[in-house]
Amino acid sequence: MTTYIIRRILISIPVLLGVTVLNFFIVQLAPGSPADLYLDPNASPDYKERVEAALGLDQPIMVQYLNWLGQLVRGDLGLSYVSRTPVAEVIGSRIGPTLLLMGAALVVAYAIAIPVGILAAKRKGTWADYTVVGGAFFGVSIPHFFLGLGLIYVFALQLGWLPTGNMATIGGDGGGLWDRIQHLILPVAVLATAISGNMVRYVRSSMVDALSEDYVRTAHAKGLPPGVVTHKHALRNALIPLVTVLSVDLAGLLGGAIVTEQIFQWPGLGMLTIQSISSRDYSVLMGVNLIAALAVFAANLLADIVYAVVDPRIEYT
Amino acid sequence: MGALLQVRGIKTEFRSDSGAVVVVDEVSFDLDRGETICLVGESGSGKSVTALSIMGLLPRNGRVADGEIVFEDRNLLDLSEEEMRENRGNSLAMIFQEPMTSLNPVLTIGDQLTEGMLLHLGISRREAAERAVELLELVGVPRAGQIVKDYPHRLSGGMRQRVMIAMALSCSPVLLVADEPTTALDVTIQAQILTLMKKLAEASRTATILITHDLGVVAEMADKVAVMYAGQVVEEADVFELFDHPRHPYTVGLMKSIPHLGADDDARLESIPGSVPSPSNMPDGCRFQDRCPSVMDRCRAERPDLLETSTKRKHLVRCFLYEGEHAAVRGTTAGVAS
Repeated sequence: MTTYIIRRILISIPVLLGVTVLNFFIVQLAPGSPADLYLDPNASPDYKERVEAALGLDQPIMVQYLNWLGQLVRGDLGLSYVSRTPVAEVIGSRIGPTLLLMGAALVVAYAIAIPVGILAAKRKGTWADYTVVGGAFFGVSIPHFFLGLGLIYVFALQLGWLPTGNMATIGGDGGGLWDRIQHLILPVAVLATAISGNMVRYVRSSMVDALSEDYVRTAHAKGLPPGVVTHKHALRNALIPLVTVLSVDLAGLLGGAIVTEQIFQWPGLGMLTIQSISSRDYSVLMGVNLIAALAVFAANLLADIVYAVVDPRIEYT
Repeated sequence: MGALLQVRGIKTEFRSDSGAVVVVDEVSFDLDRGETICLVGESGSGKSVTALSIMGLLPRNGRVADGEIVFEDRNLLDLSEEEMRENRGNSLAMIFQEPMTSLNPVLTIGDQLTEGMLLHLGISRREAAERAVELLELVGVPRAGQIVKDYPHRLSGGMRQRVMIAMALSCSPVLLVADEPTTALDVTIQAQILTLMKKLAEASRTATILITHDLGVVAEMADKVAVMYAGQVVEEADVFELFDHPRHPYTVGLMKSIPHLGADDDARLESIPGSVPSPSNMPDGCRFQDRCPSVMDRCRAERPDLLETSTKRKHLVRCFLYEGEHAAVRGTTAGVAS
């Protein structure tokens, strides 16, 4: 198992390297220079050249990439073009809010999706099942920005129950725990709607399969109560394929959070991504992309490890 | 007090989009302690559904619409689901056809073996664990002490079926229902499993319903045989009587379609032409009419009943060809009565 994990980590290094190459050169394809944005439009070409030289933008692309990579190997993500603070610091200050939002959304989504999916599977073909399937379809289909704006309109603007955005009330003492929770509710609702809509469908179909297995009939033949048959015999098997969905959800949450964080002005990685793109802060953008790639890789590795834990048939050597 | 198990004219139907489909109709037989009855017939003849009806394990769209299943003097069909659960796995146990998929892949053998005992026998976890090892040794699983901690995927099909048997026997059932327990196994393993089942059933005087389509298995295991065709019992007799004097044209056809060691090298094996009519489209009259070599006009119009045709031994046949014999039997019993 340990050798397997070490091998997986070693294999990931060239993959991550490839990701950085692609990111770097795609970013370079964008027209214009970061210097354009924070120089006065009337600045002299001479001055612009000096600023670009100071940022290292006058060197050939290959050299720029190798410089960046050299820094990365030493654990340095460089300085933000915009704020002149280390990229690691900028990202570090944004990771907390994103993890809070992601974590809360995942917990809420799964807490809803798993019991509801089981219920739909047990009542397959009844109105309860159709309602769940219909609701899940709605949850998956509705775009984040639309649901987010809709919720803000109803609950923040019309009813005034919840804030429109941010992590806490600005000014004053920064708000207590309840204030924090109030700010979480709407963005978590948006993210959890999509995640649980997706997950419910997987739980349902996985559970429908498990419930029709021979070993479930064996369990009934032993005289076990229906609850034990469902939760001990069927559910444990049904959850195995869902590990993959979980890993995709974990990785995808960073992507989903881009739009949601933007709408709710949530100061996380998603908002940082948008900000660094629009301000051409390429060093920050490279850093965020690298973090996202690492997250996908870590989620996949985690899924493979969890597989070995939950399914005795899987062994890694 | 009658026999241990009396199946009386059960009719099992399944709900479908095009209305109720009757899959088992007028199935009756008796079974006593220590006896083995074989239900024989081709696929779709209603053998498994009969077994599931007795166990109360029909799928949600199925139900026993008529008849009674009297077990230990109680009609199982009158029991609540909860009372039925107390019987299941306890006095009524079942072994299934597919040992490869009948065990739960994510639970240890020991866990699956002790589960039923903890539920029904009211013994401690430790006692159950000890008994699990004993049971595995009884059914001939080697290294039983270790196997209880293992997961099913490490065992072969034959070993898994032994585990299933151990599981079925764990609460000392009075009636064991085995639905084609050896169909999925190699021929050599089949013999071992059958011998094991026979030995254990004899030792504990367990009544056994054995479902099979293999007449070789029937000859080996059965005390009596019920031949099923298209959801009905068409012939019931003790095993020697049935093999020596098969009466129903379907049974006769089945017997002829078994290869014999002594047959000529170039002799062709006989077969029964056609196939079983589908449950949603049963013909009026006798259900075997379209495949029967001795079909008469009457077979297409009237439904034959399952009637006694022998004065010496029990031999029930559902066929108009044996009405004469039945009349003779009635004559003798009437004579005795008067």
